[in-house]
This record gives sequence, C-alpha cells and structure tokens, in this order.
Amino acid sequence: MMKRVYVTGLSCISAQPTFGAGLDTEWRFQPECNVLETIHPVYKSFLPAAALRRMSKVIRMGVTSANAALADAGVSMPDAIIIGTGMGCGEDSDKFLEAIVANGEEMLTPTAFIQSTHNTVGAQVAVGIGCKGYNLTYVNGAVSFESALLDAQMTIAEGNAHTILTGGIDELTKHSADLFRHSGLIKLGGDYTEVLHSKSGGTVFGEGAAFAVLSDSPGKSPYAEVADVWMTAVLQPQAVAGAVSDFLTANGLTPADIDAVVLGIDGDVQYDGYYSQTATDLFAETPQVYYKHLCGEFNTAQAFGFWAACHMLHTNEIPPVMVINHLPQRELNHILLYNQYNGIDHSLILLKACRNTP
Amino acid sequence: MAYKGVAVTGMGILSAAGMSPAENYAALLAGRSGISTIENFETIHNRLPTGEIKMTNATLADLLGLPLVNDYSRTAMLGVMAAKAALADAGLPDTADCRTGLVSASSVGGMDTDEKHHFDYFNNPALLRYVGSRDIGNVTHKIAEALGITGFATTISTACSSSANAVMLGARLIRSGRLDRVVVGGTDALSKFTVNGFRTLMILSDQLCQPFDNDRTGLNLGEAAAYLVLESDDMVQRRGCRVLARVAGYANANDAFHQTASSDNGEGAYLAMSQALAVAGLQPADISYINVHGTATPNNDLTEGRALLRIYGDTPLPPFSSTKPFTGHTLAAAAAVEAVYSILALQNDVVFPNLNFATPMADLGTSPAIQLLHTRINHVLSNSFGFGGNCSTLIFSKV
Amino acid sequence: MEDLKLELKKNIITVLNLEDLKPEDIDDNAPIFGDGLGLDSIDALELIVMFSKEYGIKLTDPKEGKKIFISINTMADYITAHRTV
Repeated sequence: MMKRVYVTGLSCISAQPTFGAGLDTEWRFQPECNVLETIHPVYKSFLPAAALRRMSKVIRMGVTSANAALADAGVSMPDAIIIGTGMGCGEDSDKFLEAIVANGEEMLTPTAFIQSTHNTVGAQVAVGIGCKGYNLTYVNGAVSFESALLDAQMTIAEGNAHTILTGGIDELTKHSADLFRHSGLIKLGGDYTEVLHSKSGGTVFGEGAAFAVLSDSPGKSPYAEVADVWMTAVLQPQAVAGAVSDFLTANGLTPADIDAVVLGIDGDVQYDGYYSQTATDLFAETPQVYYKHLCGEFNTAQAFGFWAACHMLHTNEIPPVMVINHLPQRELNHILLYNQYNGIDHSLILLKACRNTP
Repeated sequence: MAYKGVAVTGMGILSAAGMSPAENYAALLAGRSGISTIENFETIHNRLPTGEIKMTNATLADLLGLPLVNDYSRTAMLGVMAAKAALADAGLPDTADCRTGLVSASSVGGMDTDEKHHFDYFNNPALLRYVGSRDIGNVTHKIAEALGITGFATTISTACSSSANAVMLGARLIRSGRLDRVVVGGTDALSKFTVNGFRTLMILSDQLCQPFDNDRTGLNLGEAAAYLVLESDDMVQRRGCRVLARVAGYANANDAFHQTASSDNGEGAYLAMSQALAVAGLQPADISYINVHGTATPNNDLTEGRALLRIYGDTPLPPFSSTKPFTGHTLAAAAAVEAVYSILALQNDVVFPNLNFATPMADLGTSPAIQLLHTRINHVLSNSFGFGGNCSTLIFSKV
Repeated sequence: MEDLKLELKKNIITVLNLEDLKPEDIDDNAPIFGDGLGLDSIDALELIVMFSKEYGIKLTDPKEGKKIFISINTMADYITAHRTV
C-alpha cells in the first residue's frame, strides 16, 4: 500500500512575524517597499555562539527554522534532511568573490568560501543534531523546494525514512537586490499593494526559511497530508489547465473537489496570466488565495505558501488577508498550490486535511 | 523480485583527459594524464597543476552553434555538449517518445561567467544577459532545452558528491515508475572562485596529485561535464537498444562531523558504501574494482581508506584506484566522470591505474592499483564525498 | 610583549568573529583549540592568513600551525622570533 505523508511539524521565518506562530499572527504591511524586510528571531537564543559567528543570514535563518520545525514535531532525529534553495548562500559567495577582486587573489581566508556551498544549511543542521541519514540539497530555481518535497515523498514511499526534515530557504543579498532592481526583476517603486491585479513588470521581493517535518505516521495532531507533488520545467499558458486537470485526475479528484487554490501571484504582469487563466478556467467557483504580498517573491517562496496552506487545513480557516475572491468559505479538505517563476519551473502541490486523523 | 538495476543506455563526457568516452578510455589505458595549467582565464594561480579542458569558450560556442552574443556560461556549454553526446550515444535523436527527465548537478553553476561581470552589470547594460548565470538551475534549463526536455528537470548541489546524487535520483525516478528515461550527470567549469577557494583551504597541491600516497600534498582541480542516459527496462525493450551497464546500488549518507573535515573513521563513507551494497544485494567480496573518491588530500584519503577497511574487515580488498590524477578533481562533475570510468572498466574488464603513487600510507596498510590490470569486472563501486559531510556511493554492474 | 599579546587577542577576536569575547577573557596560557576557545581547523587557516597579513609570517603547511597556535603565549613567542613586519 502507498504510504501516506503527514506534515507533523512546521516553522517559518519570513517578512511576517511567522516564527513560532501560525496564521493568527499580526500581519505586517510594508508600504513603499519593493524588497520586504525579514523579521528575524534573536538567533543568539537558538544557535551556539561557536557556530553562529560563521553563519551568514541564510544559514542563521535556515538552521534556526529547521530546528524549530523539528521541535514543533517533537522529532529530535529525522531520518533524512532534504532542502531546496534557489540561490544558496549568496552573501558568502558575494563576500568571497569581492575579496578575490579586492585582494588580487592573495591573502584570502577560507570561511566565506566554505560557507558559500549550496548545501551548507543541510550540512549545518546535520552536524548540529548528528544526523547521518540521507542529506540532499536541490537548487533549481522556483522548483527547488518542490524537488525536495518530491524526493521526501519518494523516500517515505520507498520505506527508507519515517520522518524527514524538508524546507525551502533563500536570502536576498544586497548585491542581488541592487542587480534585480537594475535588471527589472524587482519592481521599480511599487509595494505589496501591487502584487494583485498588477499592471507592471517585476515583483516585490523577499526571502525566508520555511521548514516542515514529514512523517509516515500522523502522530497526535498532523497539520495536513501531502498527497502529491508535480513539477515541470516548461509549460505554455494554454496548457496549464490541462496539466492541473491531469494532476487532479491522477489523484482521483476534479477541480470541484478543491476547496481552496493557492496561487503564486507575484505581481509580474508578464507572467501572472498563468494564474489568472488557471483561476478562470478551472477555479472560478473556488476560493482563491495568494500570499506573496506577505512574504515577497523568491525561489522558495512556495515553501511559505506550503506553510500557510498546512495551517489553513489544520485550522479550517483562510486568513482574510490572503483571500482573492470573496466566496463563502467551504470546509477545507483539499488545497491545491500552483506556482511558477518567470514563466518557467511550474509546480503543483496537493494537500489534504487530516483534522480527524487519527 | 530482486532489483537488477536501472539500465544505462548512453554516456557522454568532456574532461581534461578527453572529449568522449573513447578518448577518455584511450587516456586511461595509456596512463596519460590530462593535467596541465590554466590557460583559459587570467589568474595568479596559472602554474598550479590543473585539469583544464583545452577548448576556449569561443570554440565551445562555435561547436554548439550558439550565436556570437549568447548567455551561456562555460559550465552550461560543457554541460549541454556532454548531455547531447550522451543522448546521441544512446541512439536517441530526441526525447519526445516517452516521459524523459533531467537531473543535473553543479557546485557553482555559471560562476565562471558571473565572476567576470559581477561588478560591471551596473555600468554595462549589455552584460545584463549574464545576470542569471549565478543561478545553477539556469544551467539545467539550458541543458533541458538542448535535449528537448520540457517536463521534469531539477538540479542537485551537494558539493563534490553532487552528480552521484543525480545518478541516484534518476535511478529512483525510474524505479518508482515516475519517469521512463532520465538524463543524469553534472557539470562544473573551472573558475577563479573555486581555484581560490580551494587554495584558501590549503588543500591544492602544487605537484601532480598523489592519491593514497603517504606523501600526498593535496588535490589538483579540474573541469568536466559527464552525463548518462538511464532508461526503464520497458524502454530498453521497446527500443531494442544496447545496455552499457546497470546502476545496481546507490546510497547517500552524512558524516555529520564537520563542514569540511571527515570524521576519523570515515563514518559517512562507511554508511554510504554499506547502504549501497545493501541496495544492490551484494557483499563486499562481490565488488571487482573500487573507484575511490581519492582526492589526495591528507584527510580524505586516510578516512576513506579507513572506511574501506571497515567495510571489508577480514575480506581482502579488491583493486582500487583514484582516477583524479587523469582529470583533476572536477567537483560536482566528478561522480559522473567516474561513473563513465566505472562503466568503461565493466565493459573492458580493466582496472585503471592510480597515477603518481610512490609510497604506501604508513597508517593505513593498503595501497591502490598502480598498473593497468586486465581482470574480469562484474561490479564497480564508486565513491564521491563532499563538503558538508555529504557522502555518496554508486555501484555499477555488468549487463 | 604584553602589547603584542593584547594586539594578538584583538586580531583573533576580529578575524574569527568572536564578538562575545573581550581580550581579557582570553588566558595567555589556555589552549585556544579544542576545549579552550573551541576553535577548529577552519580557524587555524584563518590564523595562518592573519599571521601573513599582520606579521609577514608565511606558513605553507597547515601542520606547522598546530605547533604554533597552542596558546597566546606560544603564538606571541613565534611572532617575536619570526616577524618580518
């Protein structure tokens, strides 16, 4: 029998006060910001000083959020650690590259280089808790987290793990922010209010670290069940509806069975058509949800969407701040997430409620 | 039913030792190293022995038929060329006949390109086309596009073990029935970033690297791209295609000891090897040849050697060698390069020599094969380890 | 010598990012690796670069560092005997 995959622990560090909180948090809006500022926990309280002194922002966020998800699940030692990150440890990469140029390749120190490898967070979590199990880092743009989630689902199905720590992490460095503004990936001016129904190119950017503990047993009070994950490198706008229908059919569902659809709308007028087309074609009568006005766009932003959707299924509530169309809310049994970035790296995640499990 | 392994139906490789499997095999037979010095970019480290592919970016672009103005990093060009060669080797004109995926690996992606322009993007708009080169997924997208793969495509980055994990994921995707065919491998071009990075760790040798030698002084870097085509048995039957070897075993474990150093007894390496043997349903004694990670750093070779001795216990070790003296350490591409070499060993019943070896390690009690050895090869075990304690083992078996 | 030791401690705190430490927290005789300050092999590499930059001492083999980076006293002695700047 196919093993089920339950979400038994969650944690999120983002531009919202999500750390240690759920959807009943005090949402924070940042007017006139095209790069959302992250609300960081006091890392000294969570990380040993000896390790902290070497950690860049993404490593601090990642390791702290990862450990918090494990604590939330009551798991001290997962069987595997599978992480997604689009851009990895950019701050350390920038630092080392800048040092190479500034010093003409001489008198360079190793720390930034060592910490710049994309698998640093996965490694640091493993070293921190002594986890010798399967350890992998995916780095494929907007499907980095989804690749990790898919691998985790496969690993549990293979019977090679009972509990897996998975998550998505990305940081926005100063250099990247400047560059993304310069190249139009970040909106010129504009703020979170321009994410929905945008008429301009570029997006409002953010960063974050959202983690989940997945388990083959529901435990006392699972947040949700991960029913399926699907991803594709390329998809034409007119093919999305077909792909979504095929995905739902493979899971024995139709669009009418979806109680909320979570869309990765990021305010880039060039590509938001993917979402509006899907919403019109398949989900006109379905409550539609968005979240990137809260966390900003980044390669692993859908890990924030995943975190939010799991909480929605757990509480049977959609926070009004995320609602797109004002339809009467149904009982939340199935939530579908759809995301893409810049027209590529499309993904679908199907989550099921398990409020009555076990 | 016992797992007989996912079929490998094609392979492509570009390394300092050769630009095809045949050229690499000829170099391996002749004991001809591809190590030279860096000529393709400006660096003060241009006297360090390095496995550079002697083809400029302009030549690579020309061979790929890219326009003069393009947005390809060297890592992407090497990757596209090797992956296309793998597909051609599998006798595939395209990939539309079944669910084909791509799992590619890289440690720094297009850093070779980004590092040239990092500071100039703001005052030269023409350079903005390279903004994406730092994104490793960008390399994978270019390879997918060249192969006509539009569906499943992802990228793995676990430092120097990356492409072993790509082979592993590809085999699992086929085994689970999610895909019918997966192109797997890795690509990493030399860059100032990595050369200087390894230099700061003081593990780059200014001599030709001497894996498993008592007096080894560190590694030589290299650049490479290598890809395998993996297919389900149904596809093999449907196409009536030849099978080069089978991916019989795979495992990934973590040393969980230190960001860069291996634990004294090579715990991660030991776990990866023992789990890969279990997946393949093999005993250590069944392995005919071990292609060790063997970077020639003091720490790696000692701990990998200890892990090997732990795996074998009282059973005699089969011949083992590191082929990194031929290619240099090609980082995320290394495991895919060595997968090609493992398959060449299986196809030709040969053990490749561990070049530059002179003195056995005082504290190990075993040493590598230093001569070309013609002997029946049924199963090859290949190790790849990386920063962050990432340890992976692959086992390839004769068809 | 005392000036050198104080300067050395400040340099160590800066290059190793030991922001919670003050020079007076570091005992001249205490081991700085392992149980002492809890430093590791990466820190040793950082110290090798610091020796080169600040004191013109070039160590080419990380193993040499093991005999020098024992305590503040051993480091200060080595610097006094070998500094070129």
